[in-house]
Amino acid sequence: MASTSVATAPGRSEWDGGSSPMGASYGKLMMWFFLLSDAFTFSALLITYGLVRSAHKAFDYTGEFVFSQNYWPVPEKVYEAVPFLEGYALPLVFVGIMTFILIMSSVTMVLAVEAGHRMDRKAVEKWMLWTILGGVAFLSCQAWEWAHFIHGSHHGSAVAEGTTFFGANLVQNQYGPPAFADFFFFITGFHGFHVFSGVCLNFLIYYNTVMGVYDRRGHYEMVEKVGLYWHFVDLVWVFVFTFFYLV
Amino acid sequence: MAHSEETVHINVLPPDKEKIKKLWMTALWMLIITIVEFIIAFTMDHGQFKVWLFIGLTIVKAAFIVGEFMHLRYEVKVLFWSILIPLVFIVWMLVAFVYEGVAIGNARF
Repeated sequence: MASTSVATAPGRSEWDGGSSPMGASYGKLMMWFFLLSDAFTFSALLITYGLVRSAHKAFDYTGEFVFSQNYWPVPEKVYEAVPFLEGYALPLVFVGIMTFILIMSSVTMVLAVEAGHRMDRKAVEKWMLWTILGGVAFLSCQAWEWAHFIHGSHHGSAVAEGTTFFGANLVQNQYGPPAFADFFFFITGFHGFHVFSGVCLNFLIYYNTVMGVYDRRGHYEMVEKVGLYWHFVDLVWVFVFTFFYLV
Repeated sequence: MAHSEETVHINVLPPDKEKIKKLWMTALWMLIITIVEFIIAFTMDHGQFKVWLFIGLTIVKAAFIVGEFMHLRYEVKVLFWSILIPLVFIVWMLVAFVYEGVAIGNARF
């Protein structure tokens, strides 16, 4: 349906690059293909996690779960801390809040895109600000989670030479095999860096909107392109949430 | 567009109520799915079925994000398939690597 409605560019015939068969501008198309390549990068990280995890022993669910170097930890036992509620076991609650924040910021982003289609600058500004706020909130949550993971819980865990080790770094890990902590740092870190660059791009879009750049340009397509990136970041988090925290 | 580039005389259209409502409904569905995932995580016994259930629900959420938020469902078919078909490689990578991982685990323990 849509393929027939593509107009030819002025001064160029259809066989001279005059029409866009995909019905999308160059920039939008390139954003799509960039995101596809980024999807491969994230898949490689998550699938490698799957490989290493399935090459380790799993907890057999007999008796109480304790952190051990001998088997892969159950993620909900690792991530059960919530700020201001020290000492309570609240598995996955905090990461659930983070998921909610990111989904909501995806909604505000798509509302900004919708407002852009209508050339409604005030609405674009409003929704972009909400989106930036969501991104910053998510990053703050992640900073807290990293800090908690690195410093560890009160229990600690015995390491080879007989001392007790709290928390995790790239070589030692209280919660289980060191590879678990490595993947945590790499996967959530790589995703967090995407969120960070997304917030920067969102701010740039917000700034340009306020300065009236898109009003002068006559369209708000930049909001749409950066919106695609922002939704992708949300999409990756959905997979990280499932494969790192739930499964 | 009726106005020229330099004169800032913008024709602001009213909000598309129908479209906005649909977007919020999509968000509501994703929220419901996430809550269901939580319920499953704490009530169901651990096992193969639970893992597949999580994967299924994740794919539903991903379809919502890509289809509705990223608008891919409404794009030209060529674009739609250009994005979706290459994902086959990810599926194959997943199968191959997890199979390999299990084999390594069997060899080690």
